[in-house]
Amino acid sequence: MKAVLALKDGTIIEGIGFGAESEKMGELVFNTSMMGYQEALTDPSYGGQILLMTYPIIGNYGTNNNDGESNRIHPEGFVVREHSPEGYHINSTSSISEFLKENNVPGISGIDTRFIVRKIRNEGVMPAILATSKNQIDPKKLLERLNFDYSSIDFVSKASTKKIQIFGKGNKKRIALIDYGVKMGIVRQLVNRGCQVSVLPSSLSSSEILSLEPDGIVLSNGPGDPGIVTSAHRTISELGGKIPIFGICLGHQLLAHAFGGNTYKLKFGHRGSNHAILDLEKNKIAITTQNHGFAVGNIPKGFEITHVNVNDKSVEGMRDKNRNILSVQYHPEACPGPHDSRYLFDEFMRMI
Amino acid sequence: MKIKKVLVIGSGPIVIGQSAEFDYSGAQACRALREEGVEVVLVNSNPATIQTDKDTADIVYVEPLTQAVIEKIIEKEKPDALLATFGGQTALNLSMELHRLGILDKYKVKFLGTNAEAIDMAESREKFNRLMEKIGIPILPGKVVKDIKTAKEFAKIGYPLIIRPSFTLGGTGGGTAWNEEELIKILENALRLSATKEALVEKSALGWGEFEYEVIRDSQGNASIICNMENFDPMGVHTGESIVVAPSQTLSDNDHQMLRDAALRIVHAINIQGGCNVQFGMNQETGNYVVIEVNPRLSRSSALASKATGYPIARVAAKIALGHTLPEIQNAITHTSAAFEPSMDYCVVKIPRWPFDKFPKTSRIIGTQMKSTGEVMGIGRTFAEALNKAIRSLEVKIPKDADLKEEAHLFPPTDLRLFAILKCLRMGMKIEEIKKKTKIHLWFLRKLAEMVSLEQKIHSTFKYEKPDTVLLLQAKRAGFSDSQIGSLIGKDEQKVRALRKSLGIIPTYKIVDSCAGEFEALTPYYYSVYEEENEAKKLGDNSIIVLGSGPIRIGQGIEFDYCCSHAAFAIRDLGYKSIMINNNPETVSTDFDSSNRLYFEPLTFEDVMNVVENESPKGVIVQLGGQTSLNIAEKLSSAGATILGTSIDGIDLAEDRERFRELAYSLKIPQPDNGTAMSEDQALEVASRIGYPIVVRPSYVIAGRAMEIVRSDQDLRCYIHEAVEVSDKRPVLIDKYVDNAIECEVDAVSDGKEIFIGGLMEHIEPAGVHSGDANIVLPSMRLSQKEIQTINDYTNKISRALGVVGFVNIQFVVKEGIVYILEANPRASRTVPFVSKAIMIPLTKLAVRAMLGESIKKSNLTPRSTFAVKSVVFPFLKLHGTDIKLGPEMRSTGETMGIGRSFEMAYYKALLAAGIKLDENKSPSAFISLADEDKKIIPKLAALLSKLGFKIYGTLGTVGTIPGAIAIPKIGHGHPDVVELIESGTISIVINTPTRGGGAHTDGFKMRRSSIQMGIPCITNLSTAYELLNAMDHLRKKDLEVRRLDEY
Repeated sequence: MKAVLALKDGTIIEGIGFGAESEKMGELVFNTSMMGYQEALTDPSYGGQILLMTYPIIGNYGTNNNDGESNRIHPEGFVVREHSPEGYHINSTSSISEFLKENNVPGISGIDTRFIVRKIRNEGVMPAILATSKNQIDPKKLLERLNFDYSSIDFVSKASTKKIQIFGKGNKKRIALIDYGVKMGIVRQLVNRGCQVSVLPSSLSSSEILSLEPDGIVLSNGPGDPGIVTSAHRTISELGGKIPIFGICLGHQLLAHAFGGNTYKLKFGHRGSNHAILDLEKNKIAITTQNHGFAVGNIPKGFEITHVNVNDKSVEGMRDKNRNILSVQYHPEACPGPHDSRYLFDEFMRMI
Repeated sequence: MKIKKVLVIGSGPIVIGQSAEFDYSGAQACRALREEGVEVVLVNSNPATIQTDKDTADIVYVEPLTQAVIEKIIEKEKPDALLATFGGQTALNLSMELHRLGILDKYKVKFLGTNAEAIDMAESREKFNRLMEKIGIPILPGKVVKDIKTAKEFAKIGYPLIIRPSFTLGGTGGGTAWNEEELIKILENALRLSATKEALVEKSALGWGEFEYEVIRDSQGNASIICNMENFDPMGVHTGESIVVAPSQTLSDNDHQMLRDAALRIVHAINIQGGCNVQFGMNQETGNYVVIEVNPRLSRSSALASKATGYPIARVAAKIALGHTLPEIQNAITHTSAAFEPSMDYCVVKIPRWPFDKFPKTSRIIGTQMKSTGEVMGIGRTFAEALNKAIRSLEVKIPKDADLKEEAHLFPPTDLRLFAILKCLRMGMKIEEIKKKTKIHLWFLRKLAEMVSLEQKIHSTFKYEKPDTVLLLQAKRAGFSDSQIGSLIGKDEQKVRALRKSLGIIPTYKIVDSCAGEFEALTPYYYSVYEEENEAKKLGDNSIIVLGSGPIRIGQGIEFDYCCSHAAFAIRDLGYKSIMINNNPETVSTDFDSSNRLYFEPLTFEDVMNVVENESPKGVIVQLGGQTSLNIAEKLSSAGATILGTSIDGIDLAEDRERFRELAYSLKIPQPDNGTAMSEDQALEVASRIGYPIVVRPSYVIAGRAMEIVRSDQDLRCYIHEAVEVSDKRPVLIDKYVDNAIECEVDAVSDGKEIFIGGLMEHIEPAGVHSGDANIVLPSMRLSQKEIQTINDYTNKISRALGVVGFVNIQFVVKEGIVYILEANPRASRTVPFVSKAIMIPLTKLAVRAMLGESIKKSNLTPRSTFAVKSVVFPFLKLHGTDIKLGPEMRSTGETMGIGRSFEMAYYKALLAAGIKLDENKSPSAFISLADEDKKIIPKLAALLSKLGFKIYGTLGTVGTIPGAIAIPKIGHGHPDVVELIESGTISIVINTPTRGGGAHTDGFKMRRSSIQMGIPCITNLSTAYELLNAMDHLRKKDLEVRRLDEY
């Protein structure tokens, strides 16, 4: 199968198509994790994006029924240097190509992915269009069809559950998890700690949420620009101070907006499993999983910074002791990535 | 307390299991410590190390690495602390010994970084296993034993069992036992070799996947994984013997995180402060894992991990040792924090380099004990690309499929297993079947199968006249070389190269940046790929390329890397930019800051020429990388590269035996009678003309490969049939062997006008022992003034005639006042570092200046005069079935240096550093057995031994006439026989000169092997032994001289 990836700046890259025969648009981003492609592909935070893996050999261990972070693939397209035609692992149920195909997602391989990464690093993330076809693809026409504005789309309502789902039914502690595009890893961490987790549509109002009488609220990760999800800002501000809150990734950014702070777009984001954050309270580092294109700029009044990125010193975590709110920019549930930060779930358990 | 002065212990001579990687880690540590204002005292007995340079450490000791010597240094230098974890197992064991003896406490020297308790916890199997049980990390069922009985009891668990002695290097003395008989045999040896006389017997996880994690941890408990690696060869093969891939390829993120968590828990529990290597076995059918072992120090794997990721582990570990925390330390590559986990956007493959070409009689089976001397690394964006680059970096002759009995290599594995698998795939064997035989993961086999089908596609469809560009590009992206493609389509390398370039298929270069492109890298470390963007823009008009020397092997060791590194430094000092090409991950030359630019590439014509074309440098230096770089000089030159230094014709004049013979003749320089033969008959003819004994060898040799002394027609026929192929293209060279002569050699540097003789070195052993294996003294001891004058004169004549610019090494023999020339090597020799340290003049710097057109200003050079001796170490302990007698074929792996104000002191220390050490705790006794021609020296030798208080044992023929000596019966003729005597521990030294032509069945062979196994010095050359005893006699009641390098 043929494949063409066209970037907003006019760059055209031709390669080998795999996965679905299709044509998709999205914001082109890269992830530097060397493993965990299935977890990344099923991470709802990649909604509206075309995902490039910097590790060049992808699909070695196939895909399986256990490693999904949701029940489908969220990125619009998948870009790799080489894909393994078959997965060799005891758990593998289908190859990476079959997996993409089942989800109607196109993939491109055999291309200079590092060239694209360096372009994004220098010029920032940019819209791109990926087409795969058994027939010839006209790159110029493809580029003409590229019409995509990431920040104008409300990905959250697309990614969020439509009805309430309950996990760990009957467990003692009751958690209301507002689903902006949650990874199942978060749910699993909570259930493992003896919680009954109600995964809620993001459209629920604060009173509807409070009526569930939760012991704690988790604001999940999710896709998109945190600044445009204004209804969430309102809901969160109404919940603040009433019940302990733990925000993760988008949840962390929404907290900032809800209480008067702000966020800004990073040039090319942090996506990978290798960034260190410094826990200012413990004065220790943790290697973290990250997947965000925005970061908190000004933290809201009443909050203090608890974690910073060791490299660019960006805000990685904040806390409001009075209102019992804790949030982090990275992914303590990992999946994929290091388990160094799972202690944060324990900390949240102590808060509720 | 602020640390002001630190003692760093090096790893001594290069041996199997301990190679150049510890010069790399030690040198990096020294620089990191000095950056922090710490004064560094460095001790190492290996002169061919960058760490023993004055530029690297503040105070340098080139002295034997023994406890007594280190104590003297501590007493004199009064360091605040000791860095024990940068000099391999040698430094670690030595430091632990100093700690146990209370010497460190006595002088208030503290352990820096990982401390003694932690080291003990990691190294002592019993404590380690108990700790693992406590923290819930699975281990293989095993038992630490001190005797055979306990082991037999444990063996009820079932074979195979792995035996691992505690505190040994490179798995020495370990092995896999399939039955009780093997268990006893291996265990006896293991207990003997273990520093603590204990060994672990454990259930084997043979066939499981093997994974390694390189961890770095600071004193505050911050830790990160620098690299995880996967062994292509499953459990049962030592990781140093395995093909290793980084990052791991077959683990899912879940698998990886499970092992990562375990690695972190282990380093926290042990309290590692610095670098550490954790090895796991994983049953990939069930997902179960076990921890195999932990190395609480910098290791070969950490050097590989450093080069694979670009993360300078040794540098960061040194800063941690001083108390810095990970987030405080800067990643020198990206100037972001050192607290992160490198992400690779390429794949690396490491392949070991084995010395079986030098030891045809030893078993090629690879297992839990290391046999390889070095390694290469290939970098690519695909596994095939990295693997193919690594294969051609090895510089080994790959056997033709027809000559390879594949079944003999699949299991148990040999060094040729990879090639046997490729052959099986070519024959159509299914990967599942190969997996059944080898247990190698299907993913790897699938990748090899893809390589083979690409080969077959090219072979069957590629038309040179109507080339399929896509297919050719695909082959290049799979790492196929031009010559590989050429052999598939019946064209030569040059044709393929021309075609490829005409189609615009040329390599681009990518940066190894530790972060997969996420941050801008400031350190330019490149590898080639066939992709879109070239990140290596030409460095500038004044760049100089230095060709490295590839993997460490016998005959081409760390000495050459030393010269290459020096050249890189010198080029920068002279205002040019240095570009290094090399493929050895263990070395200083491939360190990220040794050169302005590093290309991690194979050293073939194709790969080097590609870099030359990318850089268009001012010139290429080919005379420092040993025969590796010299061999491609002519092709590079023909393709348009500018070769700096001695011209291509000058090189050829020296290398081509015929031309050189004529040259010597025209200069009226005597040479041993010689001739060239293109067939067996011709060889016999030449031999009868010049008379036996003769030295025979193939043309264009490296380190005496396949060189032999032959004494009869029958032996000559045998040699021609068994050892070499002879043809008109591959003539055999025949020289008269000059018996009982003094062999000597010269290292000189010329700028084309002046010639500076760095040193005239004399061999202790008579001519016939390879110069790389000989003990060598500088200055010469036995030559007359007139002979020295003649050698100087000949050196000048030859250098001028060859047009030497840069280095030349010339070898001579002197007999009865006549100086004969043997050969001239138009390159740096392995003795250059030794000579440089002895005379305190950095010869490589001088040679580089000359090659760049500057005058060497000879009048400004005043060599220091002192006595320096180079001695050597051999790999016999690890290579069973090999006789240890010396000959014209080089077999040593490494060298030591002894310096003294007398010859005896220098000689004694060099041998001591090489491990010739008499146990001081017992009354000395010697066993002597000499060949007939050596027997005339017996009275003198016996007198010397008696004077030194030795009790003398020997064979009847040797000691029969010595009063008081005890004659021991031959094996099988009474008890105790010689082997029993040696094994009983009665003997402190064996002096045995072998009779010629003896095989493995002789008493002599058994005697030599058993002394090696027992760790008793066994000297097979009379001169070596006599000079040692003589030195001991001179040094009686004298203290060992221990001085700073610049104080001699």
